[in-house]
Amino acid sequence: MAEIKNYSINFGPQHPAAHGVLRLVLELDGEVVVHADPHIGLLHRGTEKLIETRTWLQSVPYMDRLDYVSMMCNEHAYCLAVERLLGVEVPLRAQYIRVFMDEVTRILNHLLNIGTHALDIGAMTMVLYTFREREDLLDVYEAVSGARLHAAYYRPGGVYRDLPESMPRYTENKFKNAETVKRLNTAREGSLLDFVEDFCDRFEGYLDDYHTLLTDNRIWKQRTVDVAVVPPERALQLGFSGPMLRGSGIEWDLRKKQPYEVYDRMEFDVPVGTNGDCYDRYLVRMEEMRQANRIVRQCIAWLRANPGPVISDNHKVAPPPRASMKSNMEELIHHFKLSSEGMHVPAGEVYAGIEHPKGEFGVWAVSDGANKPYRLKLRSPGFPHLAATHEMAQGHMLADVTAIIGTIDLVLGDTDR
Amino acid sequence: MSAKLEKLCQKLKEILGERIADPVLRLGEVTIECQADVYIEVACTLRDHPDLRFEELIDLSGIDYSAYAGWPGKRFAVACHLLSITHNWRLRLRAYAADAESPVLPSVTPVWNGANWYEREAFDMFGIVFEGHPDLRRILTDYGFVGHPFRKDFPVSGYVEMRYDPEQGRVVYQPVTIEPREVTPRVVREEKYGRG
Repeated sequence: MAEIKNYSINFGPQHPAAHGVLRLVLELDGEVVVHADPHIGLLHRGTEKLIETRTWLQSVPYMDRLDYVSMMCNEHAYCLAVERLLGVEVPLRAQYIRVFMDEVTRILNHLLNIGTHALDIGAMTMVLYTFREREDLLDVYEAVSGARLHAAYYRPGGVYRDLPESMPRYTENKFKNAETVKRLNTAREGSLLDFVEDFCDRFEGYLDDYHTLLTDNRIWKQRTVDVAVVPPERALQLGFSGPMLRGSGIEWDLRKKQPYEVYDRMEFDVPVGTNGDCYDRYLVRMEEMRQANRIVRQCIAWLRANPGPVISDNHKVAPPPRASMKSNMEELIHHFKLSSEGMHVPAGEVYAGIEHPKGEFGVWAVSDGANKPYRLKLRSPGFPHLAATHEMAQGHMLADVTAIIGTIDLVLGDTDR
Repeated sequence: MSAKLEKLCQKLKEILGERIADPVLRLGEVTIECQADVYIEVACTLRDHPDLRFEELIDLSGIDYSAYAGWPGKRFAVACHLLSITHNWRLRLRAYAADAESPVLPSVTPVWNGANWYEREAFDMFGIVFEGHPDLRRILTDYGFVGHPFRKDFPVSGYVEMRYDPEQGRVVYQPVTIEPREVTPRVVREEKYGRG
């Protein structure tokens, strides 16, 4: 009889299911994974070191480039940390806008995750549907901030500007005739809030469609049920957070437990799984999208009724309005100091954690009173989840490794920093 | 919120006593500091004591205080951000490495298994060695990297750069050719600066 030995294979860093540049060294016994060793760092840009050489405001765009599918949530944690150190009050409308955009981001993130997760393990259709919806929400991003991905919209002290009164519209060209353009523009006649409300109305139905595509699908269940089961006590030991922790049956959501901004005024439910397998985490994410939709609706209602300032009027932190800058010496000096030297943040340290779509995203900011951070540690949600890959993959088949990578919602920009 | 945190401070003082410095409550966060020799003991108590129950390690990060003006502690420290699901409170635990030349700390991976990769990262970035760590390898930097990039004496541009050499037909490393530059200088202003 031939002697059978374990052998190692290399998965990635250019494998389409590796979600970026993950390299996995897998030791296999036949088709069963004995040992999984993720090699990360291929996208390491030294963000934390770079931030030490930039002023506090210049670091905001770096946040977008961490987890590049939930950009504004990253900015949110950073701005919260800076604001707490400064002791700056954020206007209420800005807080609502942040919650509003955070939940839009959550839907964006989960749509991408569920679409690509399904794609990885054999359901081609799903990604076509979820990317259709993502397109609408990325238009929201673009209308709000001017960029589809790297928004740099949140600023310490508030948000860069108020929500726009109108949505960009399609125009006729040789690919789109008048009739198509009219149909595409029906939702874009009003303001941004009208457009998002229209999306919310449609999205409920879309979610039901997704459920019919996947939830009772036999193949989907075979690939996800009882794969990578994490019991609750292990989930805590391994430092899980977000849907990964809730999937294991622990009811923990920072939006409920340690509310920041105006989450304590929002009505929503926190879905919790029971078995801690890939299927439960999928269901948790699906329900989170429905709840995010609910929060978005509540924000729309409030934002319509309550106009007001969207950034702090403390001009040591936020720039003064353009008009007063041109007419007032004091404001001119403020603007000049702010854009040349930057703001000075009092010495101290603070940890700001938020409920990012992937888990808890935290920023530990240490300041020595200078115009630049002394040290900034970014606690990315994907990092401990990926660290647990070995434990989750052990004893599973090689094909389940893709399901595990999908379920931890991996974005390498976030884990590698 | 602050009444709850004062209660936590009180409990920490009672339970940990002499092993830690006085808990500091600032900006709505509690920080405790300890030395390397009691680090594991403190960590175990924090996790297991029914009145504390910090069952989750949210974050562990190294820090190099060498450029911090007037820092009273040692050069290298590790800061753990702990979370208690049971009591819904957070804590920062900072432990100093005794020696600045070769910083060594015991590993908390047996206490919180999630610390594994965080400690690898702190080792990679700051060169802090964690005794008792099951698998202390570099994690984020390149294979064969030399130095610890997040130390304050390591330049932002690094020491080596990589390029493809058409003559040798392979990728080669060479000393960096870019000049370091600083667009906005780092300044610490006096307390009342710009306040009239």
